[in-house]
Amino acid sequence: MKQSLFEIIENIPLTADVMKMRLKGDTSEITAPGTFVNVKLDGLFLRRPISVCDVEGDVLTIIYKVVGRGTEQMREMQNGTLDVLTGLGNGYDTSKSGASPLLLGGGVGVPPMYMLAKRLIAEGKKVSVILGFNKESEIFCEDDFKALGCDVTVTTVDGSYGVKGFVTDAMKNIDYTYFYTCGPEPMLKAIYKASATSGQFSFEERMGCGFGACMGCSCKTVTGYKRICKDGPVLEKEEILWEN
Amino acid sequence: MGKLSVDLCGIELDNPIIPASGTFGYGYEFAELYDINVLGTFSFKGTTKDPRFGNPTPRIAECYAGMINAVGLQNPGVEKVISEELPKMRKCFNKKVMANVSGFAVEDYAYTCEKLDKCEEVGWLEVNVSCPNVHGGGMSFGTSPEAAAEVTKAVKKVTTKPVIIKLSPNVTDIVSIAKACEEAGADGISLINTMLGMRIDLKTKKPVIANKMGGFSGPAIFPVAVRMVYQVSHAVSIPVVGMGGVSSAEDVIEMMLAGATAVEVGAANLIDPFACRDIIAKLPEVMAKYGIDNLKDIIGVA
Repeated sequence: MKQSLFEIIENIPLTADVMKMRLKGDTSEITAPGTFVNVKLDGLFLRRPISVCDVEGDVLTIIYKVVGRGTEQMREMQNGTLDVLTGLGNGYDTSKSGASPLLLGGGVGVPPMYMLAKRLIAEGKKVSVILGFNKESEIFCEDDFKALGCDVTVTTVDGSYGVKGFVTDAMKNIDYTYFYTCGPEPMLKAIYKASATSGQFSFEERMGCGFGACMGCSCKTVTGYKRICKDGPVLEKEEILWEN
Repeated sequence: MGKLSVDLCGIELDNPIIPASGTFGYGYEFAELYDINVLGTFSFKGTTKDPRFGNPTPRIAECYAGMINAVGLQNPGVEKVISEELPKMRKCFNKKVMANVSGFAVEDYAYTCEKLDKCEEVGWLEVNVSCPNVHGGGMSFGTSPEAAAEVTKAVKKVTTKPVIIKLSPNVTDIVSIAKACEEAGADGISLINTMLGMRIDLKTKKPVIANKMGGFSGPAIFPVAVRMVYQVSHAVSIPVVGMGGVSSAEDVIEMMLAGATAVEVGAANLIDPFACRDIIAKLPEVMAKYGIDNLKDIIGVA
């Protein structure tokens, strides 16, 4: 973990409420895909945890959805610096992927899949990706995954683009050796039930510190209590306990 | 350079800064970031007799200049704290540590404190009386002078180390409770614990926190903390450890002027993991600015 200042070099909308921000700074602590950064914003007490979409040299890319005061404030930033804690969380383990892993991202669960796909492709894996959205106007990053060389399927709940339905509807038609996913909890639960192999899930929770000190984001797992921020956000399928 | 050391219940602290319980784990998460031996000491995660998962999530809510938490005393229980956490802590911290204890019955407090009192690395027992008393209709021990005194007496009977009673601000007369603890044998008082608060999400129209209510902390409560530290320290003759929203070296000095012998820093650690290290580094400069040579000299001069 490291605390440092990042310079905002780009902050552009991808859809009506999803923004892409590129930041320049010390990215040395960001090693695994699926980890996150924690951003300090003026006038707000708690930092805002946001998943890492990509790291390229000293440039960090984050993609965030504008959902409240913090992200509304971030949307307005065109330049300046941000106080960022980097290298947080336990990310995806690519060593378990097998030859042809499947990546499933739902909504703002899509961004962490990008760095993961890039890593897996670099390791010589054949990567299939399913990106789930509600409707066509909410889709982002489809072309980015295609450019990496992934086999990309897009699903929309209303059928306005790609396969009509949920990511699990597209999952049935793909052969995969292992899977990785990030998205809203109902989606994760559906994947847990529908999946034919083992896999890794990234969870979301309201956090206090983001680095394991406050126990604000604990969950129960098969192997004991885990902190989403420190022991997660990525958990293995076998250790997940659904509470409701 | 001005002198930073203070004496807390017979043990000298290199400086008065103490990360507060629940914001610093058992220290080793922070030891990855800096040498935590720069601290006066720290108060480790609240320990109970039995292991506790705590409350369901969400446990955290944002507030103006602060936060609400309802973690619910998640901890592995006193046996595991002693067998697993303290050995890990010792690897990164070589000073006496403050053991924070909670309970839901007088016997629980006594049981847990007796065990921790025997640990060599423990310097003080900080007894959190803000928990609900399961035998007292769920009322917090800290809301009545009698119940707080009963806990104090039971703990003092089975321990040898200084016992500091950590008081809740959610009471009508904190002075009477502090006095009752002093009369019951407490060696020190620490305050304030968090203030009971609540946030409601406008989108869901439900409380943000699963437990509905939680403890409000952060800079927003600092003036309340200063006031209560002032009131209590002027009413008792035992040392007072001040806390509540402390975020800077200036806050530390203000808290000491109010009457605190040492100062705990809580929520600030969660948004800036280096907060305590930086406050300690800044203290000499701020002392010089206000003409303070020795921190001991300013305790309670306000």
